[in-house]
Amino acid sequence: MQLTDTLAALAREAETRILILDGAMGTQIQGFKFSEEDFRGERFADWGSSLKGNNDLLNLTQPDAIRTIHQRYIAAGADLIETNTFSATTIAMADYGMEGLADEIAAEGARLAREAAEGAGRPVAVLGAIGPTNKTLSLSPDVNDPGYREVTFEQVRTAYEAQVRAMAPYVDALLIETVFDTLNAKAAVKAILDADPGLPIIISGTITDASGRTLSGQTAEAFWYSIRHAKPWAVGLNCALGAEMMRPHIQAISRVADTRIIAYPNAGLPNAFGEYDETPDQTGALLADWAKSGLVNILGGCCGTTPDHIVAIARTANGKTPRAIPAARPGMHLSGLEPFELAS
Amino acid sequence: MTQSAARNFINIGERTNVTGSARFKKLILEGDYAAAVEVARQQVENGAQIVDVNMDEGMLDGVLAMRTFLNLIAAEPDIARVPVMVDSSKWEVIEAGLQCVQGKAVVNSISMKEGEEKFVSDARKCLSYGAAVVVMAFDEVGQADTASRKIEICQRAYRILTEEVGFPAEDIIFDPNIFAVATGIEEHNTYALDFIHAAREIRATCPGCHISGGLSNISFSFRGNEPVRRAMHSVFLYHAIPAGMDMGIVNAGQLDIYDEIEPELRERVEDVILNRREDATERLIEIAEGFKGQKGKTQEKDTKWRETPVARRLEHALVHGILEHIVEDTEEARQNFERPLHVIEGPLMDGMNVVGDLFGAGKMFLPQVVKSARVMKAAVAHLEPFMEREKEELGLVGKSNGKVVMATVKGDVHDIGKNIVGVVLACNGYEIVDLGVMVPAETILDTAVEQGADMVGLSGLITPSLDEMVYVAAEMERRGMEMPLLIGGATTSPAHTAVKIEPAYGRGPIIHVSDASRAVGTVGALMNPDERGAYWEAAKARHERLRASRAGGPPTPRLPIEEARAAKFDAGAEPSAPPPSFTGVKHFNDFDLAEIARYIDWTPYFASWDLAGRFPQILEDEKVGAAATDLWGETQAMLQRVIGDQWFKPKAAVGFWGAKPVGDDIHLDTGDVLHTLRQQMVKKNGKANFALSDFLSEQGDHIGAFCVTAGPEADKIAKEFEAKGDDYSAIMVKALADRFAEAMAEMMHERVRKELWGYAADEAFDNAALIKEAYRGIRPAPGYPAQPDHTEKETIFRLLDAEPAIDVALTSSFAMHPAPSVSGLYFAHPDAAYFAVGRIERDQVEDYAARKGWDMRTAERWLAPILNYDPYARVAAE
Repeated sequence: MQLTDTLAALAREAETRILILDGAMGTQIQGFKFSEEDFRGERFADWGSSLKGNNDLLNLTQPDAIRTIHQRYIAAGADLIETNTFSATTIAMADYGMEGLADEIAAEGARLAREAAEGAGRPVAVLGAIGPTNKTLSLSPDVNDPGYREVTFEQVRTAYEAQVRAMAPYVDALLIETVFDTLNAKAAVKAILDADPGLPIIISGTITDASGRTLSGQTAEAFWYSIRHAKPWAVGLNCALGAEMMRPHIQAISRVADTRIIAYPNAGLPNAFGEYDETPDQTGALLADWAKSGLVNILGGCCGTTPDHIVAIARTANGKTPRAIPAARPGMHLSGLEPFELAS
Repeated sequence: MTQSAARNFINIGERTNVTGSARFKKLILEGDYAAAVEVARQQVENGAQIVDVNMDEGMLDGVLAMRTFLNLIAAEPDIARVPVMVDSSKWEVIEAGLQCVQGKAVVNSISMKEGEEKFVSDARKCLSYGAAVVVMAFDEVGQADTASRKIEICQRAYRILTEEVGFPAEDIIFDPNIFAVATGIEEHNTYALDFIHAAREIRATCPGCHISGGLSNISFSFRGNEPVRRAMHSVFLYHAIPAGMDMGIVNAGQLDIYDEIEPELRERVEDVILNRREDATERLIEIAEGFKGQKGKTQEKDTKWRETPVARRLEHALVHGILEHIVEDTEEARQNFERPLHVIEGPLMDGMNVVGDLFGAGKMFLPQVVKSARVMKAAVAHLEPFMEREKEELGLVGKSNGKVVMATVKGDVHDIGKNIVGVVLACNGYEIVDLGVMVPAETILDTAVEQGADMVGLSGLITPSLDEMVYVAAEMERRGMEMPLLIGGATTSPAHTAVKIEPAYGRGPIIHVSDASRAVGTVGALMNPDERGAYWEAAKARHERLRASRAGGPPTPRLPIEEARAAKFDAGAEPSAPPPSFTGVKHFNDFDLAEIARYIDWTPYFASWDLAGRFPQILEDEKVGAAATDLWGETQAMLQRVIGDQWFKPKAAVGFWGAKPVGDDIHLDTGDVLHTLRQQMVKKNGKANFALSDFLSEQGDHIGAFCVTAGPEADKIAKEFEAKGDDYSAIMVKALADRFAEAMAEMMHERVRKELWGYAADEAFDNAALIKEAYRGIRPAPGYPAQPDHTEKETIFRLLDAEPAIDVALTSSFAMHPAPSVSGLYFAHPDAAYFAVGRIERDQVEDYAARKGWDMRTAERWLAPILNYDPYARVAAE
């Protein structure tokens, strides 16, 4: 099956049903209870720093586990699965001194997901996950020097371009996710447009709290206008909030975006121990209302969600009418932290 | 612009654009990014929907400046909430900007100037950053001027962008070039129409696109004539917006409301914009002179001076009062000199010396000098941070030619003259400590000592201030001070200074300074150790002569008060006029500033700038005509702002009461008593010895009183100008407020005659006749010759309820506060006329003191300026 054919087939199905995205990678990895040695494997047994927690490194040291997780989500009903490459950039890998391995981790992660998807027996699309990195382009880490930036746009763009090139041979689309700083996302978009791999782009922002803003201060609508030039295959929100609190912001994007809406909230908000308590049935019940209201085209889960959550979400979404994609609103739309419109 | 036309128009401010805002440029050049960020904040607070940022300045690293500024405003949610327009002619600066904005920005601008390939490449890059673009109508051949070229280029660009690049049509903004009209070159006459036609056609054939333009270009040939420029901008938008122009770089302060443009000006501007007649430009220039009051200078002459060496440019800017390039020129000079102070001591002082020489020779006039001072201030302000830094590094102390403590004395609120002298001295290198108005002697002298001042300058307008000045002088003597004391202000005189002030203070020189032009010479002579002694001796000799001439002759003969009373004017048995439409007091606060302005007598306004001559002839005057014309033009511009932005909030109180003369007093039905003074000079031909009470019939009559004020706003606005270093505008606003108060007095008097009292309902005089007081009835004010006693204001204010009702209060010296206020009495008698009481004898003073309930000392203090005898001689004799 041609890579692009998979997404084209899913696009056709998306006209009549809500597509299902997979759930959290991290929760599943935790389930394997890997030790420092497991993370290191033979290859990095002598690495100078601690590697436990470098989940993306598992693409190289525990590939079977990662492939297994993908298979579980496919079995749960996912139409789209995310590669385990959230931090597979030279910038994020610098924490472990593994800048030089970023490309390999990204490529391997994409290849593992591709293998799992190939064995599904139905169209399952692989989304190359691109995280925000651990540096932010719009904010200064030093409160006394608001003009200071830890990285430049060009550094971030270069890191993303390498990640995109490494994953491109194996993925059906690229997913710029957990966008808490839109400028980082714009660097990723530019990296993709510059690398020109001929792959669709999906972008998912993160509204960090009840203020309804991204960490860098944008409203959901302003966020949409800022990244619209990527002509996303889908746009939406993930992480930080559970379904209940995410709903008004999904609605805001849903009103204005002339593309598919993707939403994958956390399993509620974390409890005092950082654990997610929302049960699959609870998540499913909350998202049932979204499905009924025609708010979304793609549903899945983020932090704290499991294959069981995905089963519940898939069951909920089954038979519900997806959101009808509206025509673009006429006029010029610019944005700062807030949207701006000049009618044509 | 009308509201409906403006609704779909996005106004892009230029305040954060170094090519559009001199202030912003200065801040950025100095690296004062904190203040630059505040500029952006204010712009957004004031309603800017997009912030245009431009750092195209030769002395700047554009990439660095753009990045720094955008990163800083990204941290300010109040600013970052609106989109950014990244404005540069250099692609690398644009790209640096795009890399700093998370939102969807606008690039200003790209074009086909360097060919299609570069255009496509720039457009693709803009698209990859998600920016909208401004596309200039510019191609390989050049900038589009005619409508057809504009249309052709924009259509070609649209095709390339939408078909080849895949650019969203709605993100394309065409700038089809606004060029100057009314330049005198015939081909330029259609430029505005070319734009408007092109805009309409481009919008029709390039669906989704937008049209923008830099508005100020259109009026380029009227630089310096803001009223005409504003009218041109508004008229242009009025026609361009319906044609499809939906964005523009417009300074909101440079716009008038279309419907409020003076109709003749609007018509002629419209003729120019729409190219409706061949002589449109000539006809606009014709009346433009009236708005600006200045003949259009040729552009050549305007710019040639820019090519001279920097010292000449500074001199030119100082002499001509041009602020525009002063910061860049000062900066250039600073880089040529070893120390920033050398720029002040060198080219700037040289330039001010030229100003001083021209002023001294009567070839420059006060308003021009005040403008020179404004330029000097801007230059010094630019150098100050460098001097501070140097001071810190070298431990140097600032140096000035001398320090003068200045104040308007206690009880007096008038400060225009004092401010002018302060400015003139300051721009001659003296440090001025200005304590403001109503300053007690203690504060003045304490400050002078604490600050180590070289001299003290006192100012005052009303007669009681003369006494206060004597008190200050006596205090200086008592404290053992030795510094010179300068005396100035409208009521002061060499004679009063010689007779009253000098005897009170013998330790230091006392000099009466008659006007601002004398101040520099006087202060200079007193500061120069070689000159001071001789200068002081000369002043003492002059004062001695003045005292001798006054003491020497016999006192002018006066009639005994009883004889003078016998020669009173007889008002007749009939009341002076029919009863007024009401008795009691009415307060008014709903005034149209434009209407008041029509009553302004401009002659005293020019006098307040030391320009002598009657208006309007003064504009043609051989000597001061040019300066007066210049001042007139700028005053009209300021007047437009005063009226347009409702800067003043005038109020008035008018009252009428039944009244009867009782001796020389006037008894009101309310039980209040107004006191008047009677002429005691010996008259011939049976002419009457007047007192104001004579104008009322003893059979019962009516009297009126009024107080009008332009309000306290002028003071606040002037302070804002002063804070910006613009003393010129500050003085102008205050002088205008004074004129408004006087004009209100004239206007209300007319209303009283025609309507409120109504004894002259059919009266029809033009303003010239009003100024000549051709009408029936008078409105004498206490403190003026017909009633020199200022304290009578107290009764008038109480009757009118003035302090609470219209917020005008009296100071301890019975000056009205706020200063632009006028009060007085209304007499309606057909023969009522202004007169001067003149000098009065002790017998009347004793009688007046008894009527007022004063002791003799108090009476002699308040009546000091008109006593026909020396009260001290009596004291000495006792």
